[in-house]
Amino acid sequence: MQKLLNWVDERFPLSASYKAHLSEYFAPKNFNFWYFFGSLALLMLVVQIVSGIFLTMHYKPDAALAFASVEYIMRDVEYGWLIRYIHSTGASMFFLVVYLHMFRGLIYGSYRQPRELIWIFGVIIYLVLMGEAFMGYLLPWGQMSYWGAQVIINLFAAVPFIGNDLSEWIRGDYVIGDATLNRFFAFHVIALPLVLLGLVVAHLVALHEVGSNNPDGIEIKKLKGPDGHPLDGIPFHPYYTVKDILGVVVFLMVFASIVFFAPEMGGYFLEYNNFVPADSLKTPEHIAPVWYFTPYYAILRAVPPIFGSQFPGVAAMGVAVLIFFALPWLDRSPVKSVRYRGPKFKIALTLFVIAFIGLGILGVLPATPLYTIISQILSVVYFAFFLLMPWYTKNDTTKPVPERVTP
Amino acid sequence: MSNVSVDTSKRRFLVAMTSAVGGVAALGVATPFVLSMMPSARAKAAGAPIEVDLSKVEPGMQLAVEWRGKPVWVVNRTQEMLDALSKNDAKLIDPSSENAGQQPDYCQNPTRSIKPQYLIVVGICTHLGCSPTYRAEVAPADLGPDWLGGWFCPCHGSRFDLAARVFNGSPAPTNLEIPPHKYLSETRVLIGDDQGAAA
Repeated sequence: MQKLLNWVDERFPLSASYKAHLSEYFAPKNFNFWYFFGSLALLMLVVQIVSGIFLTMHYKPDAALAFASVEYIMRDVEYGWLIRYIHSTGASMFFLVVYLHMFRGLIYGSYRQPRELIWIFGVIIYLVLMGEAFMGYLLPWGQMSYWGAQVIINLFAAVPFIGNDLSEWIRGDYVIGDATLNRFFAFHVIALPLVLLGLVVAHLVALHEVGSNNPDGIEIKKLKGPDGHPLDGIPFHPYYTVKDILGVVVFLMVFASIVFFAPEMGGYFLEYNNFVPADSLKTPEHIAPVWYFTPYYAILRAVPPIFGSQFPGVAAMGVAVLIFFALPWLDRSPVKSVRYRGPKFKIALTLFVIAFIGLGILGVLPATPLYTIISQILSVVYFAFFLLMPWYTKNDTTKPVPERVTP
Repeated sequence: MSNVSVDTSKRRFLVAMTSAVGGVAALGVATPFVLSMMPSARAKAAGAPIEVDLSKVEPGMQLAVEWRGKPVWVVNRTQEMLDALSKNDAKLIDPSSENAGQQPDYCQNPTRSIKPQYLIVVGICTHLGCSPTYRAEVAPADLGPDWLGGWFCPCHGSRFDLAARVFNGSPAPTNLEIPPHKYLSETRVLIGDDQGAAA
């Protein structure tokens, strides 16, 4: 066996990679609950790819056949219902895990120097994931698929000057039709997953280059023992592989409960209107995107048209997502972790969480004048969190950061 | 060997030129792929005009027909509906249909139609492309006491009156679009073509 391993190692860095990324990759010893979500996101990527491959075997990307082929998967394909529910629940759970993963980065300052690129790769992954989810949502060709896509593609039509050509180019037709469905299928099953895999590799390579942050926001590489390993580091394998497996077990219990007992999640994971085939002549009474897009959707609705153009709302929605890129440079605090930050940051973060969740809730509700005003207030809070960050982080009363990580 | 001077500027020039030419080639190769995503010849050809029989539309009712994949509404407006139109004028963004892109010249009038009775309009909200709901009743509970009938867009709350003109404060920036159309006879209308019919 050793001989075989040597033979391989002379030709491929198998043992070296195993050491560099697992058995001798030293991660801070004080990871807590919030550190489950990175590995869970990776798990969800695998679940989505595997379940997606099996759905592709039965699905037909044709406007005349798509809806029926999904029903065929649900009713006639052996265990088709299970695979489809895994995939649909997986989409929501993927976003849940990613949001919690991003929140972890936010509270412990994981985006701060020297981890700016990890954060940037992460935000790009988030963007691609949004595209992936959006395009995947068209495929069942139900009413929500159709009208959701209609609204989102029309966002591009709001771009000044080139908008109309741009949206026609995206649709491949003057309205959403077979051409749109067919290309979204291509993007959903091959183009974006490939990009996603590449970005995940870049995210992890960058992470393993600089090492993980931790709940104290301390650089463990500053203090090394006589063996050259960080004093506060422990090998990723077996310590964190075992920890992550525990997380996976608990997560899968939740996941399976949803798949088996509440796959529609009261209309939030699979919207009821999507069980009606797409009808280009009739918009459902109330249309809302799936829950993971609703905060941005609420921002879109909150901005009134300016000078007869709806572009400002579209731009606000775009900026609301893209502003995450700027986070490493907006934060001027001398400390990284929320544990050592002062009250100003804590208040700002709390308000941001309230705004994000509040907008998420408003995004699924119909647009009434009262809700629009609340959305406008929360949108301002959302942007203020980012735009005022250079000030409130700079002159905050921070606590001294310890030399070593705390248990 | 090491003291032989290398002319790096020439080398840089060659690398830059090769990259530039390669970049142009890449753009050239990308062109067919990008253009392949534009509407195909078949999609372009699918926009044939359609004929609608107006006698099927009862007074006060809306008929939705499909033209170029979009819903087109034909509404038979009653006299009360027509009389109520001018009451909305003060609350509208473009009461006299001055935005020329939203209707043919022959429909730039208070009723936005050729025959006042029949409104023919593309049922796609100018905000983000949802199809608004026909709400002909006067003053329903959810739309308020001032509502004189019109359309309400369920997606983002845009409101239009019975001439498909948008109300102030709606997310939609312009009135709904009136498609080109012409009357073939008293009760037959051709939607999508108005050649020689500038009434």
